[in-house]
Amino acid sequence: MSALLETCNLIKRFRGVNAVNGIDLAIPAGGCFGLLGPNGAGKTTTVEMLEGIQQPTAGHIRYRGEALGPRFRQEVGIMFQSTALQDFITGRESLRMFGSFYARTLPLGELIQACALGEFLDRDTRKLSGGQRQRLLLAIALVNDPELIFLDEPTTGLDPQARRNFWELIHRIKARGKTILLTTHYMEEAYHLCDEIAIMDHGRIIAQGTPRELLEAHFDDVVLQLPAMDFPDPPPSLSHTVVRGRNSVEILTRDVTAAIRELLAHGIPLGRLQIRPRTLEDLFLELTGRELRT
Amino acid sequence: MSFKRFWAVFVYRNWEFLRDRSSLTWNLLFPISLIAGFTFAFSGPGLDLYKVGLLNDTGDRNGSEFFQTRFVRFIPITDLSAALTKVERHQIDMLFDPAGQRYWINEESPKGYVLERMLRGADAPPTFSKQTVSGRAIRYVDWVLPGVLAMNTMFSCLFGVGYVIVRYRKNGMLKRLRATPLRPLEFLSAQIASRLLLVVVSTVLVFVGTDLFVGFAMFGSYLALFVVFTLGAVSLLSLGLLVAARATSEELAAGLLNALSWPMTFLSGVWFSLEGVHPFLQQCAQLAPLTHIIDASRAIMIDGAGLADVSGHLLVLSAMSLGFMLIGAWMFRWE
Repeated sequence: MSALLETCNLIKRFRGVNAVNGIDLAIPAGGCFGLLGPNGAGKTTTVEMLEGIQQPTAGHIRYRGEALGPRFRQEVGIMFQSTALQDFITGRESLRMFGSFYARTLPLGELIQACALGEFLDRDTRKLSGGQRQRLLLAIALVNDPELIFLDEPTTGLDPQARRNFWELIHRIKARGKTILLTTHYMEEAYHLCDEIAIMDHGRIIAQGTPRELLEAHFDDVVLQLPAMDFPDPPPSLSHTVVRGRNSVEILTRDVTAAIRELLAHGIPLGRLQIRPRTLEDLFLELTGRELRT
Repeated sequence: MSFKRFWAVFVYRNWEFLRDRSSLTWNLLFPISLIAGFTFAFSGPGLDLYKVGLLNDTGDRNGSEFFQTRFVRFIPITDLSAALTKVERHQIDMLFDPAGQRYWINEESPKGYVLERMLRGADAPPTFSKQTVSGRAIRYVDWVLPGVLAMNTMFSCLFGVGYVIVRYRKNGMLKRLRATPLRPLEFLSAQIASRLLLVVVSTVLVFVGTDLFVGFAMFGSYLALFVVFTLGAVSLLSLGLLVAARATSEELAAGLLNALSWPMTFLSGVWFSLEGVHPFLQQCAQLAPLTHIIDASRAIMIDGAGLADVSGHLLVLSAMSLGFMLIGAWMFRWE
């Protein structure tokens, strides 16, 4: 599949420090590409360079094989994490204003239906709820029927219902053959939406592939999870890796049967035992560490 | 430059302003309060320039001509001690005791000195003959009104564009616009056009309203005055744009705008003539767009000057507009 957007040795330097340190990406047309990373990993800087908001210090970015130019501006839609809309303007007017900036636009009715804007379209944008606001911002990002859509942490701050609702909207966009570049801190979201993900840290890509490929490449075990109060302290000597958290204890094992036998042998109650496969969050923490980033 | 994109920003910026009731009310209320202030200040018997306290006034003033002097307000006083304190503090310019045939002034008070000269002159035998001059009678209100209109325009232009752009930058609106095909020139010219429309409409309203209530001298052409104010507004809007080109906080923008607007207000002769002030300050005043707007509009309104007569001012305002706009556009950053 040919790359819609690609970068070659992308570097961004701030005050002598490389915030982005030689990134090569090839984002194929169609599908959803997720860019994940802890705070300070260089993710935002990378995305802003891809969006054409920041200029790289070195390296290049190509859209359809060309440098970012007027065509790129016409064919991309961007939904920033936090964007203020013009005050005292309704959703419908915001869509009309942004629509005026492009040569080609989607019919308003189609946008309203696609993003379920009907109930609040004529309301002042300052009076929208978090979920309504995000749907409007998504509609604005789609106003020019873009080929490539940047979604920067689009569900941050939304309640679970609004988040699931938003995922459904993104699935519909994908179904229309559009390309999405998604950044998110929610690993569950990345797993549900992304066809391919790249994990960044310290300005570099440290892992890339489909979520399944990455999980298979890094893990061959499952997690047995017990409430901390059910697990003895100090822990008994086990032949499996034990990770003790504040509220729970995780036992990592390739052989669930053997692990359960061993736990029973130590008289550990298993009434509240949970067994789960490895997740993207495990992978993320494994690759980027557990220390707090600011 | 796409007119479609310019027009979209222009239209929705106007809607934003018109629907912001507090801002709209203030922008209309301020000029109206100016009109009301002028009506109050310049109607009726006029201003008294000097204040003289009359101690234990019985009405017997020994027939002194001094008490017939115009623009002097005579204020009855009973407490000598309190009145002397007022003289010390320049709250009254002279204290007069008709019964005791004595008066007090503060030696540091210029008004006290003038009143003393007037008192002695009024009661001295007439030595000089009175001479009169003929010509157009210009009141203070006729002279000060162009300055007040220009000052109102200045604040509206500087803060109306400068502050709004900085607010857009701070809340991420400019970043969002940057991600579209909208170009800086289209965005900035739409902001200027939108504010210019508002400033022109509000200035015309104030002008007409003040004329209705106060009635002032207008010996020149309304069209010429319109041209001066429009060009002046463009120059001030461009200056506001220059301030907003990179500022990222409203506090910084407010500081810069105040640092520009207040010296301009003092140096441009809004309230008093610059005749007699230090030549350096007079030269500095020529750097301010407000000076040229006020000088040109006074020449039109009071002296009946035409566009050709004020062409020098128009040229300077045009050059300033172009310069500020080019530098502002060059310095402008979306973020």
